[in-house]
Amino acid sequence: MEEYKLMKGNEAIAEAAILAGTDGYFGYPITPQSEVMEYLTMEKPEERTGMVVLQAESEVASINMLYGAAGSGKKVMTSSSSPGISLMQEGISYLAGAELPCLIVNVARGGPGLGTIQPGQADYFQATKGGGHGDYHLIVLAPASVQEMADFVSMAYDLAFKYRNPVMILSDGAIGQMMEKVKFKKQQERMKTQPGWATVGKTPDREPNIITSLDLDPARHERFNIKLQKKYEKIQKEEVLFEEIACDDIDYAFVAYGTSARICQKSIELAREEGIKVGLFRPISLWPFPYKEVGKIADRLKGILSVELSAGQMVEDVRLAVNGKIKVEHYGRMGGMIPTPEEIVLALKKQIIGG
Amino acid sequence: MAKVRGTIVVDIEKCKGCEICVGACPTSVISMSTEVNAKGYQYAYLNDPDGCTGCTNCAIVCPDGVITVYRAKVK
Amino acid sequence: MADQILNKELIKPENLVYKKTKILNDNVMHYCPGCGHGTAHRLIAEVIEEMDIQSDVIGIAPVGCSVLMYNYFNIDMQEASHGRAPAVATGVKRLWPDKTVFTYQGDGDLAAIGTAETIHACNRGENITIFFINNGIYGMTGGQMAPTTLEGMKSSTTPYGRNIAMMGNPLKITELVAQLPGTCYVTRQAVHTPSSVRKTKKAIRKALEYQKKNIGTSFIEVVSNCNSGWKMPPVQANEWMEENMFPFFQLGDIKVPEED
Ligand code: SF4
Ligand code: SF4
Repeated sequence: MEEYKLMKGNEAIAEAAILAGTDGYFGYPITPQSEVMEYLTMEKPEERTGMVVLQAESEVASINMLYGAAGSGKKVMTSSSSPGISLMQEGISYLAGAELPCLIVNVARGGPGLGTIQPGQADYFQATKGGGHGDYHLIVLAPASVQEMADFVSMAYDLAFKYRNPVMILSDGAIGQMMEKVKFKKQQERMKTQPGWATVGKTPDREPNIITSLDLDPARHERFNIKLQKKYEKIQKEEVLFEEIACDDIDYAFVAYGTSARICQKSIELAREEGIKVGLFRPISLWPFPYKEVGKIADRLKGILSVELSAGQMVEDVRLAVNGKIKVEHYGRMGGMIPTPEEIVLALKKQIIGG
Repeated sequence: MAKVRGTIVVDIEKCKGCEICVGACPTSVISMSTEVNAKGYQYAYLNDPDGCTGCTNCAIVCPDGVITVYRAKVK
Repeated sequence: MADQILNKELIKPENLVYKKTKILNDNVMHYCPGCGHGTAHRLIAEVIEEMDIQSDVIGIAPVGCSVLMYNYFNIDMQEASHGRAPAVATGVKRLWPDKTVFTYQGDGDLAAIGTAETIHACNRGENITIFFINNGIYGMTGGQMAPTTLEGMKSSTTPYGRNIAMMGNPLKITELVAQLPGTCYVTRQAVHTPSSVRKTKKAIRKALEYQKKNIGTSFIEVVSNCNSGWKMPPVQANEWMEENMFPFFQLGDIKVPEED
């Protein structure tokens, strides 16, 4: 019999973390994701699996604890929300530069600055275009349900270790806080052995392992950067994830992820009642972004409305993908406001169909 | 009576000529060369075969770890 | 003359009394002539060899002059971002409680940008060892004022000497961490003379042994020179250090475990 639980998105990610065999969680409280660490400490994962949970003195400390633990080959994660993730950017750049696998969860809220504790999707640029300094990418996954919050944890670890790259789950306060039914996978065992590059103590059979992102020799450092870019190319080729909802026989599409994608599903129903043939293209991997797939669907459309809880960030990637073939506009709310399905339909009519 | 005698071997090319060892030697038997090594540093050397007791003082203060010390009792 | 090795007959394996440890490799260190970093590195390496813990030790390098220290050690190491070594070490140690984990940090790294990480790692009593090299200056970036720059001391950003009213006080962070219940052993040492080297080495040994006992953070400050930053030849810098640094940064144990 399938066993479902009713849970908040934040709790689901925490439970999934234990079940995925996470070795360590390092975090710092921030709304709207504090339930992640609260759930973890309540669950006594040190007894369930031996998982370590530590509340750090800041997000700066948590991301650097993550660096140390990931550098020693363990399966580790942190979670935070927008301002906290901003504080972590230096560490994230170092993690990417040292090629360390780990999971970073951003349950995003509106900004800029202290902004609001209500949901937002204005961290898209930060998550997908670098965020910190240097030429690097995170793999960014955007769940749109509590179930996906849970499912993406082990998926994120698999990708992280496959590519030696940090992975971010970019969620938002709405999905973090809402309750839905969720079904969990079985308990995975924690890793028994570490990858060969991990710093676990130098044995006589090998040279010292060094975890660093520094190289003062420009030629060698350029070669390293080229290697990184090759890795990113491979990820772009092989790891694109997306979903098309009600996309057969349509004239228009919404492109939206996370909370916005959920609202757009309702907008599709409303629009169809009025005879407007619209579907939803939902990028699941925000990086790598499904450029090719968005470009392909654009061939049979008259227009696309990109819907985000932001002033328009992902829309830039949608436009790149569409490359001028059809009209692409953005509709979004900010400051923690969430659009109704009706206003999205109205925006579609005004900005795309009638515009 | 047995006497303790020592000697030091300075890795000349790695010596940076800092002279820290010179002042550390209790019998003052280390001098700096007038010629320089490939890096352009004057290097340390033992100036008196009878003065070194092999106490290792010079070696343990050498920041670059370039001194090796030998010691033996001689009749 | 200077090239000649005297007393060649003594050079036999059985007479060997001092040789550089195998825990350091043969790379020439990039430090300036006479810099205490080299000595501090060597002492840590010697203790690792003597305790036979090479395969159990993980070192965390800082940002600063010793940013490339992993190029000289035959041990696994991680390079932390500026000031975060205690957090990085915490991450390693929490997941590998049986390993020996240490950080090696300068004054800017540990006592300015990394103050929060230092204080909180010490306050949690992380079972790590922190080596803190205090030369009162930012060496790598060209000799700017550090949190430990003495009153009146000249640096490239205090060209007329550190003015307390304007630039604040030099920070005795070692006394500060000694106040925290999480630290078990806190001491201040030096590496410029044979006797100070011997004391520091003993302190390093103790610190790493305490780490094995899981009784909290062990913290060793080494007051050292920065000949280039201070603009003095090495021997003179060491004299200046004795006359000026030691009265303010007094050498000796500040905190020892109760059992001792
Ligand atoms: S071993 Fe002792 S006596 Fe010999 S040169 Fe070195 S410091 Fe001087
Ligand atoms: S202490 Fe070492 S580096 Fe300095 S002069 Fe003596 S041998 Fe050379």
